[in-house]
Amino acid sequence: MTRVFERTKGLTEAEMHYCPGCGHGIVHRLVAEVLEEMELLKVTAGVSPVGCAVFAYNYFNCDMYEAAHGRAPAVATGIKRVHPDHCVFTYQGDGDLASIGTAEIVHAAHRGEKITTIFINNAIYGMTGGQMAPTTLIGQKTTTTPLGRTVEHSGKPIRVAEMLATIEGSAYIERVALNNNANIIRTKKAIKNAFTAQMERKGFSLVEVLSTCPTNWGKSPVEAMQWLEDEMIPYYPLGLFKEV
Amino acid sequence: MSRQLMKGCEAISEAAIRGGCRYFFGYPITPQNDIPEYMSARLPEVGGVFVQAESEVAASNMVYGAAGAGARVMTSSSSPGISLKQEGISTIAAAELPCVIVNVMRGGPGVGGIQASQGDYFQSTKGGGHGDYRLICFGPDSVQEAIDIMYEAFDIADRYRTPVLMLADGLIGQMMEPVTMPEFKSAAEISKYDKPWAATGWYEGCGKPRAVINSLYIEDDELEALHERLQSRYRQIEKNEVRYERYLCDDAEIILVAYGTISRVCRAAIDELRERGWKVGLLRPISLWPFPSQAVYQAVAAPSVKKVLTVEISAGQMVEDVRLAVNGVKPVEFLGWPGSRIATVEEISAKIAQMREG
Amino acid sequence: MLEKITFAGFGGQGVLLMGQLLAYAAMIEDAQVSWLPSYGPEMRGGTANCSVTISDKPVASPIIDHPNSVVAMNRPSLDKFEDKLAAGGRLLINSSIIDRKALRQDVQVYYVPCNEIALELGEARVSNIVMLGAFLQISQCVSTASLIESLAHKLGKKKAHLIPINEQALARGAAAVR
Repeated sequence: MTRVFERTKGLTEAEMHYCPGCGHGIVHRLVAEVLEEMELLKVTAGVSPVGCAVFAYNYFNCDMYEAAHGRAPAVATGIKRVHPDHCVFTYQGDGDLASIGTAEIVHAAHRGEKITTIFINNAIYGMTGGQMAPTTLIGQKTTTTPLGRTVEHSGKPIRVAEMLATIEGSAYIERVALNNNANIIRTKKAIKNAFTAQMERKGFSLVEVLSTCPTNWGKSPVEAMQWLEDEMIPYYPLGLFKEV
Repeated sequence: MSRQLMKGCEAISEAAIRGGCRYFFGYPITPQNDIPEYMSARLPEVGGVFVQAESEVAASNMVYGAAGAGARVMTSSSSPGISLKQEGISTIAAAELPCVIVNVMRGGPGVGGIQASQGDYFQSTKGGGHGDYRLICFGPDSVQEAIDIMYEAFDIADRYRTPVLMLADGLIGQMMEPVTMPEFKSAAEISKYDKPWAATGWYEGCGKPRAVINSLYIEDDELEALHERLQSRYRQIEKNEVRYERYLCDDAEIILVAYGTISRVCRAAIDELRERGWKVGLLRPISLWPFPSQAVYQAVAAPSVKKVLTVEISAGQMVEDVRLAVNGVKPVEFLGWPGSRIATVEEISAKIAQMREG
Repeated sequence: MLEKITFAGFGGQGVLLMGQLLAYAAMIEDAQVSWLPSYGPEMRGGTANCSVTISDKPVASPIIDHPNSVVAMNRPSLDKFEDKLAAGGRLLINSSIIDRKALRQDVQVYYVPCNEIALELGEARVSNIVMLGAFLQISQCVSTASLIESLAHKLGKKKAHLIPINEQALARGAAAVR
């Protein structure tokens, strides 16, 4: 018998702790597959965030760091400057990247830091228990917007891909989603393009992945995928925002 | 070897480079700007990298990244900036990584002033950031001593896998003195500190474990194990790294305890008082953590000693460690002010005169 | 020997440099020395000062409370430091731009028209070196040769052509108080 499919070498055998219907598992596998296919695993250091993906260092089968909340791009900068030929990526959620870590992500892009950021936008804080994120949609109920987010009180949700695409140092910025197979395949392609931009030393690269959080959204996995498609994609348009 | 006239901040930078430092991440703040400025010009000449970070917070996390990648790396700042760096420093301590931090102290709290101060003693010697950890902390009193400490600091950090803090003040940083600069440490000297834990790349069968650079210990027993390692290391540090200087202590009736710049003013006062025949000496801690408690006790417990005076450029911080060390065997008095008011030779002499009468 | 000198003036008058040149010259002569500047916003167009201590023993305190020489390049500096000068000390006043006489009776006072002398030499920027020449003549704390070596070190190869004008400035300053 020939083996036609096996676990990517980019993932360890550790059992993931993510909730049913969560997108992290999918994105982990896509990143791991890309690193394996590009033969980068031996020279890769990943940086996990604070948030649900905090244990990513247990899952990715390469050198890994865990960073303080929001600081992954700064940590990645330190690594990359020591090993400029290595592959360095951060894996961050929307609280980590778009709230507490805005300075670090903006300036990593601004310096044109040759790193890749995988940004998971699920419109909510997951690990801390479903609080409002900067990416939470207007009207969306969270544990800190019990009546729904309002523009008057909290402003409108932040579009990270568009913002970072305006920065001169960014080389590849794309927004993708996990809502169907075609988009998942597109996500993998975007991740590959982003790592390629890094290894070609073109500048900073980021893939924003619209993902689901059934637990904190209070939905079933299937309902969550539908909500992503119906509510998130209209506000966060998919597409390539920057490629140099 | 020939002497050269060097400013403290520049001397600290050059000594760091000669001690093997090749990476610097920092952010401008007075009065330490000569360090990043010097590093930005000098590091590229020796194959190193200087990055001006977007903030002190980012800089300290860049240090974390570089230290985890196996580099000899440092950052520097002045008091308010050091407060901002505490997140990274606590992370580095928890991840058991080596690095060197320089604090050229200015007056606080808050934005405070920019003149020299010793107001960060508590922060520097009792941990600084959150959690149960220590930094090895040195307080030089001259530009040459700052060089000597800096040159060795990276070895000490590597040996114990812990951050080392150089606690200077605005005067040490800005002052020029003739100094002798040591030779560059050889690659062999530096590489004897093997770093199999560093994130330098990994594959199955490469002969070392996959690196996980981490300050998260989510299981209770993992966190306990970390603290056992840290505490046992701290006991080793307390045994091996205590440094101090005794100046005219042997026959002294009054012993001064002071560190850094103010210890030099004390020394000038002692020299004057000795001419009057007054028996005054100085015990100068060089390592502030580990604090030279035993040396202080031994010095003051001598039968000739009647009283102890701690002098600081602060409201009285190190004096608490002095009192713990003296343990009640002799009375301990204090002279100093918060902010940047530096006691003069006359003020110190007057205080000693009062103590002799009282 | 224990010389404690405060150099003070406007930012831009080169008072920090005066101190550095002297400190370097003293180092060449194997003395112990320290140079301590004022720093911060006051340097940006305000008053600047530095303290130089030269000693045959290791310098205890680099902080000078009572200098035995004060070199005042402008009026605010004279106002600030005249009182601090030790009794019997030397007070050097840049009479080109300081419009008052010394108040102290217990010190030696020297008036040096630094700016005029510098202008006579055709180089306004050497007024500080003129004053340094006067100070060396009075104090004899380092040799002129050491100070010229110090200047050469500071100017470097690119500005070596400025050494002659600085030598003249030193000589004219010395002559002014001889």
